[in-house]
Amino acid sequence: MTGTGHIVAPRPFPAMARPELADTQLRANLRRATHTIRDKRLRVVSEVDDWEELRVAGAAIKDDVLARLPQLLAQFEAAATAAGATVHWAREATEACAIVTDLVRETGSHEVVKVKSIATQEIALNEALAEAGIDAVETDLAELIVQLADDTPSHILVPAIHYNRSQIRDIFARKMAGVDLSELTDDPPALAEAARRHLRAKFLSARVGISGANFAIAETGTLVVVESEGNGRMCLTLPETLISVVGIEKLLPTFADLRVFLQLLPRSSTGERMNPYTSMWTGVTPGDGPQRVHIVLLDNGRTDTLADRVGRQALRCIRCSACLNVCPVYERVGGHAYGSVYPGPIGAILSPQLTGQDAGANRSLPYASTLCGACFDACPVRINIPEVLVHLRQSGPHPPGERAAMRAASWVMRDRRRYAAALRAARRGTAPLRFATRKRGSIVRHLPWPLSAWTSSRNAPLPPRQTFREWWALR
Amino acid sequence: MRIALFITCVNDLMFPDTGRAVVRLLERLGHTVEFPDEQTCCGQMHANTGYRDEALPLVRRFAETFAAYEAVVAPSGSCVAMVRESYPSLWPQAADVASRTYELSELLVDVLGVTDVGAEFPHRVTYHPTCHGLRLLRLGDRPLRLLRAVKGLDLVELPGAEECCGFGGTFAVKNPGVSGAMLADKCAAILGTDAEYVAAVDNSCLVHIGGGLSRHGAPVRAIHYAKILASGEGVR
Repeated sequence: MTGTGHIVAPRPFPAMARPELADTQLRANLRRATHTIRDKRLRVVSEVDDWEELRVAGAAIKDDVLARLPQLLAQFEAAATAAGATVHWAREATEACAIVTDLVRETGSHEVVKVKSIATQEIALNEALAEAGIDAVETDLAELIVQLADDTPSHILVPAIHYNRSQIRDIFARKMAGVDLSELTDDPPALAEAARRHLRAKFLSARVGISGANFAIAETGTLVVVESEGNGRMCLTLPETLISVVGIEKLLPTFADLRVFLQLLPRSSTGERMNPYTSMWTGVTPGDGPQRVHIVLLDNGRTDTLADRVGRQALRCIRCSACLNVCPVYERVGGHAYGSVYPGPIGAILSPQLTGQDAGANRSLPYASTLCGACFDACPVRINIPEVLVHLRQSGPHPPGERAAMRAASWVMRDRRRYAAALRAARRGTAPLRFATRKRGSIVRHLPWPLSAWTSSRNAPLPPRQTFREWWALR
Repeated sequence: MRIALFITCVNDLMFPDTGRAVVRLLERLGHTVEFPDEQTCCGQMHANTGYRDEALPLVRRFAETFAAYEAVVAPSGSCVAMVRESYPSLWPQAADVASRTYELSELLVDVLGVTDVGAEFPHRVTYHPTCHGLRLLRLGDRPLRLLRAVKGLDLVELPGAEECCGFGGTFAVKNPGVSGAMLADKCAAILGTDAEYVAAVDNSCLVHIGGGLSRHGAPVRAIHYAKILASGEGVR
């Protein structure tokens, strides 16, 4: 079944990118942040001698999971159920939201605390809970910033990457109830302290916690959350009820497989050797932690993606966001231009695959890349993102004018004589321009549409008087 | 060695001087260069823009045209990447000729075993490693080793060299805003080196970079590195 939720590009990427490109503050914030994480990642990855072997192992384990997905999911369900958890199955976003909303309603609670979770952003859970009169409080610092600002995340790992600290100070001053303005500076410790006080009250009163999961272990029914702040640990341990929304591709066959992924993930995402908090839980432990544990297994377009021989490698993704941080396109436009909670290179292949190429302006996403390959090099599970981008570009319909031009070009180039004649024609056709530009050394500053897109930021040269093959024939 | 030159369609029309430089260079090194007249285009633009069916006849044409040669050389990292990395999956029968198709620096360093080609170019030059040369062909420092051996050449490092210039084929016209923003940063990095020339293995990236530099009246000129390697004594 095709996925739904916050993973559809509402308008074509070039149009979405335009206002972001014009925002010089945003460009500066993104440049600084992506380069900082990029450099950190490079340092900690280069110190691991067997990094390439780890990447190959990570890809192989995930490919094995995808090949045996039905069997492993049944195994996970059985193990988690035996440990006291209740497992639910959701075909798409609306169904997942309804399951979670009903579970919260049953507790009688009107407030939930949330661990940073992109799966719940994907299904627009906060909006669904709000409609049911339930207040969802994001407890990850960056998610809290985005939530207070009535904004949406622009990065998988660093949702508030588009803000700098003085902008964050302003958001806190305007939106954080009861904040002490006299102590609130844009100093990071002061901002963290304000958030800590704000959240502490929520942790202590909340009876329901909602999370995602980084990994789900089929063998044991264990869920794993990897985080930096410890706020996730609070949400996972303090409430009476814990509901986790988990994409079906998050499975790992055995507990031992974590040894590969707990090396790959922190180094690729935050550029740390090890993340500060790794929480694992297996169903219910009597007298310790949540006594009602629910797991919502989410498809939302994943089985559709799995059916595509080339595209299924996108399901290996462990949401580290290394591809975003190295992407030259993401660095210029930020996450909002992709119109999905999955931005950057992985979003450009994941969003159209999960929700279908025909949804919204999804078809523009695979073209939001120069195919420079930096994402593939950085990916800890070796997703060949450029390969999938090109693969997705194959499925039409293409713009009629472009299609006609491409067909014509292919027809011309299938025959040497047609090709040679076309080269001569191109030269003759541009001869008047040569005459007009003779004082500027055969440089053109303005070309008619559609080539005006080229001369919008660069000059164009004119063909010289002799093609290579003409020169060769005369030598 | 009998070497076939694949000029590439962009070079044939727009940059014949790059092709002439490759011929001069290889003949100066004592090799015979042939130019199979049946060649046209490798199909990269079609394949990368999503027109696989339109690319396939061009793939077959390339494979047939160059089948008889020991080595095929092209002065373009991205066209060679198309042939070597994409042909085998597009048309398996092309795998053999694809494995004998080289970017110029691979041919010189790996096949012919030369790094000092006897060139002289007394200028300050910075080098932009194009994405397909860097990350698909893994050219590594081969082009730099060739440039370092050029007499009189002052090679200056380009900050952020491995970042894409923003060309990306049809990306440049499909996403002109983002492409222009990437180009602006690349041009600023190039200007910061005070180089007279920015060299690369691909004229398609260079026409984009050179067009950006020229738009702003910058004194730096974009140059295909084959022209540097072909320059020097006894060269027209």
